[in-house]
Amino acid sequence: MSEEQDMITDIEVPINLKYNFTAGAAATRFLTQVKKGVLTGQRCPECAQVYIPPRGSCPACGCATEEEVELADKATVQSFTIVSIPIPNNPIQPPYIIANLVADGANISFLHLISECVNEDVHIGQRVQAEWKPEEEWTHAMDNIRYFKPIDEPTVPVDMIGKLPVTGLEG
Amino acid sequence: MSQPEVLNQEFTLGYTYTRSTGPVVGRFLTALKNRSIVGIKASDGRVIVPPMEYDPDTAEELSEFVEVGQEGEIVSFAWVKEPREAHPMDKPFAWAMVKLDGADVPMIHCVAADREDSLATGARVKAVWAEETVGFITDIRCFELV
Repeated sequence: MSEEQDMITDIEVPINLKYNFTAGAAATRFLTQVKKGVLTGQRCPECAQVYIPPRGSCPACGCATEEEVELADKATVQSFTIVSIPIPNNPIQPPYIIANLVADGANISFLHLISECVNEDVHIGQRVQAEWKPEEEWTHAMDNIRYFKPIDEPTVPVDMIGKLPVTGLEG
Repeated sequence: MSQPEVLNQEFTLGYTYTRSTGPVVGRFLTALKNRSIVGIKASDGRVIVPPMEYDPDTAEELSEFVEVGQEGEIVSFAWVKEPREAHPMDKPFAWAMVKLDGADVPMIHCVAADREDSLATGARVKAVWAEETVGFITDIRCFELV
């Protein structure tokens, strides 16, 4: 074989960062509730914003947040991305949708998947609901919810997203 | 409201990178696979190991490869008392700047030694090759005292 063919042209240099993640008090409360199939936020005593997942303080005011608010498992699409390119080691096969969703009763979005939908029909303001795994599979993790799927409710006007009560647009 | 015990979990964040070596680093790695070490000649005549693609002073493209020796001397070193999992050795060792014979700048690699005080700046070391070489820096398993 010629030297040209033997030449090293690329190298595999994987990076693996090992973490020990400690949830902290607020996230622990949140995940303990998620294990029971309940989404909870915390309300800021100063500005009244409800955060999910709660971090124990309000990022806007800096106040400690303690009051817990049980939220619906219905949400509104705030923004979304249709992922078409596979990511190494990600078990989810594209195309799939990852979205910023605002749960009813919350003011801030969280990231989750949208499925059981026509990807091209997904839109901002769309109403979705959690598709939970079977109860016996629930752990301290947001993937107790497999994904959110569209429900037959009217689209939420953009300026109302993040301002719905726990009972939703029509409640 | 009762506070549950705070949750804790280990996890690994992993990225699968494949890096293009380019013709210069590629040549260095190819040489390692063949159990030799090459540097490159800079505009001022210095031999730089591992080879650089561009001259550090003039920024000119460099291309004159030079094979250097497999022995050299320790320019400086730091003793690692408690190796971590990612380290190349599972017993205490040194990270060292080793100036190979024929090279004008030192390169960093690990040096195996029984004790820290057996090492010194100026000490002579030689490359120990891995049983199987693949074209990676770990083809030089370590350096050890001559």
